[in-house]
Amino acid sequence: MSLELRGIHKRYGSVRANDGVDLILEAGSIHGLLGENGAGKSTLMKVLSGFVAPDSGRVLLDGRPVRLGSTRAAIRAGIGMLHQDPLVFLPFTVLDNFILGSGRRVRRAAARRDLQRMADQFGFRLDPEAPARSLTVGERQQLEIVRLLWLGARVLILDEPTTGISATQQERLFATLRALAEQGMIVAFVSHKLEEVEALCRRVTVMRRGRVVGEADLPCPTERLVEMMFGRVQVPVVRERAAPGDAVLELQGMRPADRGVAESHTLAVGRGEVIGLAGLEGSGQRPFLRTCAGLQRPAEGRIRVAGRDLTRARYREFRRAGVHFLPAGRLEEGLISGLTLTEHFLLASPGGSFVIDWAQAEAEAAATIAENLIVGSPRSAAEELSGGNQQRLLLSLMPSEVQVLLMEHPTRGLDLESADWVWRRLLERSRRGTAIVFASSDLEELLRYSDRILVFFAGKVLREVPAETISGEDLGYLIGGKDPR
Amino acid sequence: MHQETLDFVVATLASIVAAASPLVYAVVGETITEKAGVINLSLDGSIMLSAMAGFATAFMTGSVLLGFVVAALVSMAMALVIAFSSIELRLNQIAIGFVLTLLGANLASFLGRSYVGVRAAGVPHLGIPWLEDLSLRIPKVGSFRFGAIFFDHNLSVYGSFLAILLGYWFVFRTRRGLELQGVGERPEAAHARGLAVNRLRYFYTVLGGALVGLAGAAFSLDVRFGWREGLTTNYGWIALAIVIFGGWHPVRAAAGAYLFGALSVLALKLQPQLPDLSQILPITPFALMIFALLLVSQDWSRRLADRYSRWRRLLSGDPPSAIGTAFWRD
Repeated sequence: MSLELRGIHKRYGSVRANDGVDLILEAGSIHGLLGENGAGKSTLMKVLSGFVAPDSGRVLLDGRPVRLGSTRAAIRAGIGMLHQDPLVFLPFTVLDNFILGSGRRVRRAAARRDLQRMADQFGFRLDPEAPARSLTVGERQQLEIVRLLWLGARVLILDEPTTGISATQQERLFATLRALAEQGMIVAFVSHKLEEVEALCRRVTVMRRGRVVGEADLPCPTERLVEMMFGRVQVPVVRERAAPGDAVLELQGMRPADRGVAESHTLAVGRGEVIGLAGLEGSGQRPFLRTCAGLQRPAEGRIRVAGRDLTRARYREFRRAGVHFLPAGRLEEGLISGLTLTEHFLLASPGGSFVIDWAQAEAEAAATIAENLIVGSPRSAAEELSGGNQQRLLLSLMPSEVQVLLMEHPTRGLDLESADWVWRRLLERSRRGTAIVFASSDLEELLRYSDRILVFFAGKVLREVPAETISGEDLGYLIGGKDPR
Repeated sequence: MHQETLDFVVATLASIVAAASPLVYAVVGETITEKAGVINLSLDGSIMLSAMAGFATAFMTGSVLLGFVVAALVSMAMALVIAFSSIELRLNQIAIGFVLTLLGANLASFLGRSYVGVRAAGVPHLGIPWLEDLSLRIPKVGSFRFGAIFFDHNLSVYGSFLAILLGYWFVFRTRRGLELQGVGERPEAAHARGLAVNRLRYFYTVLGGALVGLAGAAFSLDVRFGWREGLTTNYGWIALAIVIFGGWHPVRAAAGAYLFGALSVLALKLQPQLPDLSQILPITPFALMIFALLLVSQDWSRRLADRYSRWRRLLSGDPPSAIGTAFWRD
């Protein structure tokens, strides 16, 4: 079995998301599709699965053309796609999600048996009657995989499937994909993470700016892949560590008002210090950061910023004291969908005249955009930007004087280059005295940039460790709640 | 307590069931439309125009059935305008709905001028044998003839029962109903599963519109028999509120319609007793209904739903996530 894409073109406005892409996928092994954010990988796969209609191009499955622009035709041809954010219906039960849209005339009881049999086969634990809302992202993926296979998928496309799932779920996912490929399926694995592609795939296609820029059989030297992805080899930032200054953020027995929080925190963060918050998602980092940011009041204890007691202060006063928070949900909490970049800059800059001078505002926006290397125009809407560019926009919206910067997953979903740029900017601020506290699930990021790491586990800080001396392996143990010694 | 008291209670309850029947059609119809993710805000105008059209048709042809059919068609046409303008033209559903509301009401009073005060045939009465005589003997008091509450009515009232049952059965018990919910819940996911999202939205918007039209006819040919200007004013708005009260569940929405019916009947019966309040009484049910809406606030009902998970769908009252948004693929 083989799948061939020929001359796929797709434009969004003036952006050529796919600019004449040719690709051949063979059965029996996992094919990687590598590229940085916005390289056109997702668009290509959405074309393949019928989710998006291309402007031109052909898809041939075993030499026979597949009707494009129809998800129904794609499913009938055996092409199934697992989207980055699994497209399940959250209020519906697992079984309803499983059945919905299948077009198969089966009784509920039979469908339930099929679901359980297939889930067992892959070692997935799915309760048919649980609402999909209660499933983790990883479990939602498992549901989708089982569903697609049940529909008779022979081609399985996975778009950035490792975003937001746990390490064990990732292992299970990879084992499943290997098994499926061995059974003779075509598996396409889309990612911007080199390690994953290297670990999983036999062959890899690299995309850049809507075009295929290279193919390689794995294993091959990592530098070669990086060069294909970015056009040049990255030099990792090395952080020179300096002694932190006076305490700028002080917590005394501060306990966030959240059911999941088990312990209060006492902590002093100095000027220019970088604190990493490690731990599985939902271990208490989020309420910790939100309470420090002034978004929710602590249940007990005190918060002082630059010597001022802000325990019962409003969010406004936190802002005025120089506390800034960058949430994980960039589009949900950080930016405003529907507003253009110019409008974002206007909203972020206090004062100014009552009447907006649009010509001037757009000129200034264009300058800020260029300065921050954002790919977008003053008139593009925030939600049109790729994840990396949204993060750049958020950073450029930050006031110039920030005492305490609190962040959730500053580089989640970003490719190497964007992540590197983000941290360059952050470290520059840190050198000028900004204290940074960030939560991350990326061990390398935590180890490379933090001075101290607080490991969260089950609602409390399990251990505080200096980033310079601890190894990644030990940190991994701690995050899992085990003491390495 | 005497037999008369029991009979009075039965008569009152029966009149509530009858008085609420048009609203039942409307809330079940609008629930189906909104489940698909479309808001048909034109209800007040649609009900008015279809009430007028239904009555006029029945007057001219002498056929009540034809009156109901024409009323449904008129309201379907209004719903089609909503669907077309929000799907093809990508206009705001709220704005279009509002404009159609005004248009429907004004058109009805303009076109209906010559039908004010004329007489036409009404919906025939049909007691259902055996069921209407069901009763419960209460010792020393008399018999509680509860059968008459539900089974001694005009035909259109039975239709409203059918609308509730079929609405519930279709939405929650069938494959197609699940697809309908999916389209309103997460259209991208429905699209990914090969469903024709916009075609389904057209279909269910128009289907919901048909039920709204029946509501209009049930007003002018049954419960408020006849046509005059402003016959159904504000009932469309209250139907929209009841859909929210009903948590997008046909049965709960119908319960809301009956609650409103009960409040209306109560206000009517109190009028002779409280002459000073006669100006306000007729509008109190509207205010009380809004108050009831506050009581079923989401937080509260979601906690109940978590507790009694068996009844989750009935209790949770979450709106379809994609309600009021357009879906188009690029």
